[in-house]
Amino acid sequence: MKILTVDDSRTMREMLRMALIKAGFNVVAAVDGEHGLEMLQECGADVIITDINMPKLDGFGFIERVREDGAHRATPILVLTTESDQAKKDRARRAGATGWIVKPFHPDRLVEAIRRVAA
Amino acid sequence: MDEFEEIKATFFQECDELLADLESGLLAMESGGRDPETVNAVFRAVHSVKGGAGAFGLEPLVRYAHVFETLMDEIRAGRIEAETDLVRVLLRAADVLADHVSAARTNGQADDAASAAMVAELEAWTRGEAAATPAEAVAPAADDEDDFGFKPAAVSFDFDTPAPAAAATWRVTFTPSPALYAKANEPGLLLRELARLGTVTAELDDHQIPPLDALDPEGAYLTWHVTLATAADETAIREVFEFVDGDCDLHIEREGAASSSCDVDISALLAAAQAAPGEPALPQAVTAPDDIDISALLAAAKADVAQDPPAASPAPAAPPIARADPAAAKAAPARPAASESQVPQSTIRVDPERIDRLIDLVGELVINQAMLAQRVAAHGFAPSSDISMGLDELEQLTRAIQDGVMAIRAQPVKSVFQRMPRLVREVASQTRKQARLIMEGEGTEVDKTVIERLSDPITHMLRNALDHGLESPEERIAAGKAAEGTVRLAALHRSGRIVIEVQDDGAGINRPRVRQIAIDKGLIAPDATLTDDETDNLIFLPGFSTASQVSDISGRGVGMDVVRRSVQALGGRISIASRPGEGSTFTLSLPLTLAVLDGMVVDVAGQTLVVPLTAIVESLRPKTGEVRALGPQGAVLAVRDTFVRLIDIGCALGFRDTAIRPDEGVVLLIESEDGSRFALVADAIQGQRQVVIKSLEANYRQVDGIAAATILGDGRVALIIDVDALVAVRREPSRSPEPLSFAAE
Repeated sequence: MKILTVDDSRTMREMLRMALIKAGFNVVAAVDGEHGLEMLQECGADVIITDINMPKLDGFGFIERVREDGAHRATPILVLTTESDQAKKDRARRAGATGWIVKPFHPDRLVEAIRRVAA
Repeated sequence: MDEFEEIKATFFQECDELLADLESGLLAMESGGRDPETVNAVFRAVHSVKGGAGAFGLEPLVRYAHVFETLMDEIRAGRIEAETDLVRVLLRAADVLADHVSAARTNGQADDAASAAMVAELEAWTRGEAAATPAEAVAPAADDEDDFGFKPAAVSFDFDTPAPAAAATWRVTFTPSPALYAKANEPGLLLRELARLGTVTAELDDHQIPPLDALDPEGAYLTWHVTLATAADETAIREVFEFVDGDCDLHIEREGAASSSCDVDISALLAAAQAAPGEPALPQAVTAPDDIDISALLAAAKADVAQDPPAASPAPAAPPIARADPAAAKAAPARPAASESQVPQSTIRVDPERIDRLIDLVGELVINQAMLAQRVAAHGFAPSSDISMGLDELEQLTRAIQDGVMAIRAQPVKSVFQRMPRLVREVASQTRKQARLIMEGEGTEVDKTVIERLSDPITHMLRNALDHGLESPEERIAAGKAAEGTVRLAALHRSGRIVIEVQDDGAGINRPRVRQIAIDKGLIAPDATLTDDETDNLIFLPGFSTASQVSDISGRGVGMDVVRRSVQALGGRISIASRPGEGSTFTLSLPLTLAVLDGMVVDVAGQTLVVPLTAIVESLRPKTGEVRALGPQGAVLAVRDTFVRLIDIGCALGFRDTAIRPDEGVVLLIESEDGSRFALVADAIQGQRQVVIKSLEANYRQVDGIAAATILGDGRVALIIDVDALVAVRREPSRSPEPLSFAAE
């Protein structure tokens, strides 16, 4: 299974990569929303994990763009952010997020969230 | 280093970048840049520090960053205006954040009091109380901990062992709405999660499915009735449906007795669930036949999804948005196409030791190549012979490799410069002065070996500029200057060296006072005649600055003489120029690298010496008439329309007592750091060569006039001349300020 991670923080990208690869996933990483759309176009993904606060195109915008794109509209998207407050979660869900992972995440938690949205 | 530690190292590296971004963003805000992107970038920097810190359980850092971030969020949302006073507070807050980061990095302790005070200040601003009443340092609320503290996953599944004996039976009724499908959630996966909690019996209720002609392909018509026997509590069950809360009807109730007897065939259930949304014609209830081929079913379901827009997808199947495909593809022409686990990055990280080792090896290669060339020449091969020409090519390649390897290790001075705005802020507030720091040439590149040694002298020069250079705001106003002083920190390349300038617009050096101190300390005779320059440079004399002169801010107990010595040990120089009432400029110059040097190899009194090529303006063979005696010892050389003082290298270094006749040797016209010119006399020139610098200090001891040593092609050691030091030795005791003034005499 291929996971696309979208996060502007190198640390988070590395954390995700380590946890996901250990869990046996393939990982594609993007550094912001715009880059995420490009990578999705180029590489595709079975699950997308995205940050919210990012330069260029933020997580909300990214999710909306993925959902309005015919090819990937059914791809599960997990929002990854430290903001556990309801407003952010609600907004992400309105944009079309499938689920979320609250940072800091335990690798098991991450895998569990992916399992919950992907076959 | 294990992977976790590596990522942690990455985190701290990223923190450095984020803190630099934070500071430059805030400085931009301070000078009026309040556009959303700047404010956003500042917010993100704090946010990312917090995010990473949370991942590593760095609690104090997380807590502090959270308070900072909350205020930035208010500013970002426009609820609080980023007035100048507030931005100044934020700049100090950034400093405290940097303290927290470095404390976390060293497993140390941040200054709790400073942090608590800043937290109170930030919280006051967040509450809209501009005048920060240092309220009680509010302990983070308990739910903060839940949100931001690191805690292990609350639920952990043991997948290999069977679910624990059921303690209770739950009835779960689950009716997805269309919105659930629109967000790419799948009921089948949720049921699978439920099954992990215990044993599950599921029944699919499809009574709501309308006749085919009335069926909305985007609609949702199914309900599952699940009986779950589990030891898990209701929270754990609800957690399974966390993502679809609000997008489904969900009823969970506990039954009285446990009945774990009926096993369910999950795979059949899964298959049904998978197929159900798009295939309302499937069996009405899961009957769990033993021979069901799950993978085939799953494959079929997936194939359907792939062919058509999934039945579960939202809204009228809009045509694919055209811009997404070609535009995005064009936007990234440089990126190689679809490779898995492709991480976009334009840099690679390499252990510096590997590069150092490479540089050492290349240094050996240079020496080896030179030895080879010398042997070939000794065997009488003509320069036009194949062997000699091949060697020339080898030399060029060696040089290219060396340049390339050195370039890998070159870094912009930004990494040192970026720490300085904070230093200036702190020293300014400690000394009650107002100062603005202007930085120039941050992109100037210099070898890593040099960059590491730049920080201390720059720090010292800046402290000095603020503490001793700038006047107090009152004094400045009285002198007709702006209350805020300006300190300029600049880096530039000049004649193969890196030059750092620290310039202030303060009062300049107080020469009578410096002179008095020097006399009091017995450094000069009370009746000594000194030029202004010489007076200024007294501050570099050992023993000039002591604890009583140097406040703890400037010196940390270190005098300028120590700074100068450490700079000289690197082949560098430090000088000062000052104008009363207008300010002072400290100039520090260092070689670009401490590894190699382009040199002119010369013979002097039977010795082989190397003169750094960067210092040489030209070499010439003077005619008898061009040399004029000047006093009993000195002589000058007429070079075009000026006169330049002649210095015999052999005499200057003590190799011989009597200078050779300049017209019998060769003259190297050199330019010293301050721009003045001298003529060095050598016996003969061997040629230009790149030499590998070997520290004389590390292997022998410091020698005046000698910068370092090298190993020549024939294996012999040659000394590398420190031209400026050599000239300085010759200038004393009282030198004329400008050698060019000879021309007027």
